[in-house]
Amino acid sequence: MNHEQATPTAAYQPVNGRLLEVEDLHVEFHTRDGVARAINGVSFTLDAGETLAILGESGSGKSVTAQAIMGILDMPPAKIPAGAIRYCGQDLLTMPEEQRRKTRGPEISMIFQDALSSLNPVFPVGWQIAEMFRMHRGMNKSDAKEQALRLMQRVQIPAAKERINSYPHQFSGGMRQRIMIAMAIALDPAVLIADEPTTALDVTVQAQIMNLLHDLQEERQMGLILITHDLGVVADVADRIAVMYAGRLVEKADILPIYAHPAHPYTKGLLDSIPRLDQKGQTLRAIAGLPPNLLRIPEGCAFNPRCYLAQDVCHRDLPSLREVAPGRWSACHFAEEVLDV
Amino acid sequence: MSDIILEGKDLKKYYPIKTGVLRRTTGHVKAVDGVSFELRKGETLGIVGESGCGKSTLGRLLMRLEEPTDGHVFFGGEDMAKASTSQMRKLRRDIQIVFQDPYTSLNPRMTVGDIVGEPFEIHSDVIPKGGRRKRVQELLDLVGLNPEHINRYPHQFSGGQRQRIGIARGIALNPKVLICDEPVSALDVSVQAQVVNLLEKLQNELGLAYVFIAHDLSVVRHISDRVGVMYLGKLVELGEEDQVYEHPTHPYTQALLSAVPVPDPTLRGKRDQIVLVGDVPSPANPPSGCRFHTRCWRAQDVCKAEEPILQDRPDGVTQHRSACHFAEPRTVVERSE
Repeated sequence: MNHEQATPTAAYQPVNGRLLEVEDLHVEFHTRDGVARAINGVSFTLDAGETLAILGESGSGKSVTAQAIMGILDMPPAKIPAGAIRYCGQDLLTMPEEQRRKTRGPEISMIFQDALSSLNPVFPVGWQIAEMFRMHRGMNKSDAKEQALRLMQRVQIPAAKERINSYPHQFSGGMRQRIMIAMAIALDPAVLIADEPTTALDVTVQAQIMNLLHDLQEERQMGLILITHDLGVVADVADRIAVMYAGRLVEKADILPIYAHPAHPYTKGLLDSIPRLDQKGQTLRAIAGLPPNLLRIPEGCAFNPRCYLAQDVCHRDLPSLREVAPGRWSACHFAEEVLDV
Repeated sequence: MSDIILEGKDLKKYYPIKTGVLRRTTGHVKAVDGVSFELRKGETLGIVGESGCGKSTLGRLLMRLEEPTDGHVFFGGEDMAKASTSQMRKLRRDIQIVFQDPYTSLNPRMTVGDIVGEPFEIHSDVIPKGGRRKRVQELLDLVGLNPEHINRYPHQFSGGQRQRIGIARGIALNPKVLICDEPVSALDVSVQAQVVNLLEKLQNELGLAYVFIAHDLSVVRHISDRVGVMYLGKLVELGEEDQVYEHPTHPYTQALLSAVPVPDPTLRGKRDQIVLVGDVPSPANPPSGCRFHTRCWRAQDVCKAEEPILQDRPDGVTQHRSACHFAEPRTVVERSE
């Protein structure tokens, strides 16, 4: 197995190790009931070899962010009214479709939560992995299959040689996820986006898959965006965290300080509401209420109806994401108070 | 012991595998294969295991939604299999169930009032007709829903609220036992805690006993007094919550616990992580002897030949039930405060 690092091809050279830059991204969905504002100004960066976790609950916009980066949003109904997604300095949103297609796959690739519906049921898995090499590298059939086999071995599929002609339904959930990972890393992408990669899997299998992703990232120095709702998984793998709520980043920080001292009431609420395996008899302080309907996001701070700190200003003014301490960003009017407790 | 309210004895459930045009039975999926346990009044027994281990089938057997292939369920000392239809009808009042998916377990064409009040239609002697609406509103209030929403339909509620509706229906007949089959798995983290807290509140107020079936080991630890761990249709370990979590003696429990990520980045790389190889074998053709021997790092010849019995084995502090020939405590979860 060649372990050459995933350096972007000649067309793309990262500036100071920076691979991806998302700036003030907006995404809205035009539905019959009105405009659902799924993402309302999201900015973050990703460097080579770094793991950024995007944490949020359903409807927070974390998956839509990933789909916007990959360019796989259905437009319409989706629309990107503002924002930029720069890969090595070039804006993916304004780039011609042809060039963008050549970026997607070799440079940025993605794995999804549900491997069964992401794989084609009527083709053998080996053929599907080999397709990456045939389409993007122009390899002949036998070379491509040879490469596919090596990848299947790399993602630790037992008896890969015998199973290369098997179909997706003949594999277990964990094995299917490995196959999807093999496809995603086939062309040595510089950026890998993993959207809830282990949510559908059992814990023992989840541990296997997360270890595999971690090893692959180290050996190829990929930038990894991990999209998840699981604070436990994040604690195990991420370097930095961005917390999303109602289509905005509410907090952004390095992994260690955010768990010890969250700077946004929502992050604090999440940490207080999950039971921990290593604790006994803790009180779960649930966050009251529900995440907002994206058709009717509350005025001011979107979290204000559920927030224990909410004051008049929270109902009126939208808090901006500001640096509240070195390296700590929070979108709360009272971030300093949250940090102090 | 008179405080035991529900007892399973050697419960088995085999589903036939039928193949060919003649639909001949060619084998069985042994979903539950000899499970014995007891549930005490007012306590919570957590049942954990990975998908396909038989934990949901066990829940359905306890409700008698499925007839066991073999074995017995005793409720208050009475064998449920021997109960007549009318006795069974009475028994069902005392055991109720809450399902995982609040989206499919509520009839979309019925109002919340009809859904929560339906148990009173079937068990019409519990509350006279005139008082039912008031009782339904009391129940809605009890589970934290607005009693004025009695005429709304399920689609007008969020996932967490729907799960509250399911719970209100479950407790409508004042049961003694509530079987919760993955009640919070479909919910978002921030809403999950609301439902867990509600279940705890109801237990304190109504003295309910829970069988809490879930795959999330952290939630199960939080809510349970005792915990049983299932693997391929069998209980492999059963004990008090701190015995199972802090002194597990079965290798499968140890591996399962060590795989759970803890939301604390300072523990990264410091946890004793046991990564199992391979997948769970098929329950249609389970391994001989100890079912875990194909993935166990401690397996010897005896494990292939002889099935270990679930019995009290020392765990370093006291003793609790474990089904391993080489049961030995190993701390995989360090308790933090």
